[in-house]
Amino acid sequence: MKVQQISVFLENKAGRLAKVARVLKESGINIRALTVADTSDFGILRMIVSQPDRAFEVLRTAGFTVKQNPIIAAEIFDKEGLFFEIMDLCDKNDLNIEYTYSFVEQSSNRAILFLRFDNTDRAIEIFKENGYKLLSNEEIRKI
Amino acid sequence: MIWNSQDETMPREELRKLQGKRLKNIVFNAYERIEFYRNKMDNIGVKPSDIESIEDIVKLPFLTKDELREVYPYGLLAVDKKDIVEIHTSSGTTGKPVVDAYTQRDIDLWSEVMARTLSMGGTSRNDIVHNAFGYGLFTGGLGVHYGARKIGAVVLPISGGNTKRQLSVMKDFGSSVLACTPSYSLYVAEAAKEEGIDMASLPLKAGFFGAEPWSDNMRAEIEEKLNLKAIDIYGLTEIIGPGVASECEFQNMLHIYEDHFFAEIVDPVTGEQLSEGKEGELVLTTLTKEGTPMIRYRTRDVTYLSTEKCECGRSLVRMHRLLGRTDDMLIVRGVNIFPSQVEQVLLRVDGIEPHYEILVDRMAQLDYLEVRVEMNDSLFSDEIKYVEKKEKEIEHELKEELLISSKVKLVEPRGIGRSEGKAKRIIDKRKI
Repeated sequence: MKVQQISVFLENKAGRLAKVARVLKESGINIRALTVADTSDFGILRMIVSQPDRAFEVLRTAGFTVKQNPIIAAEIFDKEGLFFEIMDLCDKNDLNIEYTYSFVEQSSNRAILFLRFDNTDRAIEIFKENGYKLLSNEEIRKI
Repeated sequence: MIWNSQDETMPREELRKLQGKRLKNIVFNAYERIEFYRNKMDNIGVKPSDIESIEDIVKLPFLTKDELREVYPYGLLAVDKKDIVEIHTSSGTTGKPVVDAYTQRDIDLWSEVMARTLSMGGTSRNDIVHNAFGYGLFTGGLGVHYGARKIGAVVLPISGGNTKRQLSVMKDFGSSVLACTPSYSLYVAEAAKEEGIDMASLPLKAGFFGAEPWSDNMRAEIEEKLNLKAIDIYGLTEIIGPGVASECEFQNMLHIYEDHFFAEIVDPVTGEQLSEGKEGELVLTTLTKEGTPMIRYRTRDVTYLSTEKCECGRSLVRMHRLLGRTDDMLIVRGVNIFPSQVEQVLLRVDGIEPHYEILVDRMAQLDYLEVRVEMNDSLFSDEIKYVEKKEKEIEHELKEELLISSKVKLVEPRGIGRSEGKAKRIIDKRKI
């Protein structure tokens, strides 16, 4: 089970994030989680949104360079040491995490950990074998 | 100081006669010995016998850089290869390099015109010439070297780079004449300040600067910071290297050694010869060079000429410091760069028609080159390391192509201004 992540290239200058946010707002797309990776020259905005295909289209039409990538969204509960458990699982199975970020639901003690691997399919297998629930695009949409 | 007062102060009428005689001779030789010139002249129905005086030069066809590439490497030799004693080439940044093959007499000629050049700034056999132009295929280093040797001065063939060493050599040996690019001289001055060396305490009296564009403001800065007289010199590999023209001590336009290199100004579009004082493209003809004679070579440099008498007493025509180019060539850190080269590199790395712009600025006295490339699908990824790898790859390829390093900056699509659909490729912010 994979979810589609949207990534957007941003020049390191004022107002760029606001422009992305406006485009999404005007199209009625909700952002579930986001992270920005940056260097001194540019940034890459990565987002999990309610409608990834539509977000891809509207951002591209607005002139941004956009990519969609499959990543995994693992459901976790607010339990001590759980993040360590997952990292340990990845380490023991030689799963290389490119990056990760998370989202905590307000109404429950549930959190979603987004993980980008170099080998997504193998990561999915290992997560499933170890009893982790992975969310789909549809489930993200409903949050 | 005039090195060769007979030739440099020759009455203009006599000079015209000499030029006519020499032109006749070189055209005859070129026609007899070089198929390329023979074909060009035959194509427009001109015979060597049609050349009677220097005024007849307009009957001859022009020679372009592209044509020189077609006959690379030996297609323009007018002598046997065994008579060639030295070869220099341009950096070849836009394709095949341009070749200058010298006979011993050509080397003697080069030494003569460079001795004239160095004398213009007062160099004598008592001087120590600190030659920081690069030695190698590039003509700068050896050109200055031969001139200084001819004068009988001491040459310090230090070549470029390693600025700290330049400074200690300057101090220890008492360099009195400096030769390098103008921007490098300022870099040296800056480094001296950091090292706590007072340039005014050094015996430097004159500096010969060329191979890149500069201005009167920059001259004032150089003269103040290095405490010397800054002389502008001009030359190009195709003609002989440095030693085509130079300012005299009055620093008012550059004297062309027209007893050896005949200068015309033409309309860059129609090719029509323009009268004195009109701005246009400089066209040069080598009147005495044996190895690779150049007849009506289009330099693409824009300037104008004046035969008004100079205070120094020389009768030689003067050209204004270069006013520009007829093409989109940029000179950065002494290296010639064309936007088309950048375009080719981007096409190679990127696989698609790139949108880019080239920004040149001067930082800490050195030219800074930045290439801005619009982001596109093939360069983008959700991973920083991939995008950075692409950036590095472009930088590396540009270095291979241009021979100087640049900073690549990725910008958002449409981040580069377009006018009438066509991008403006060059932003030159250097205040020179």
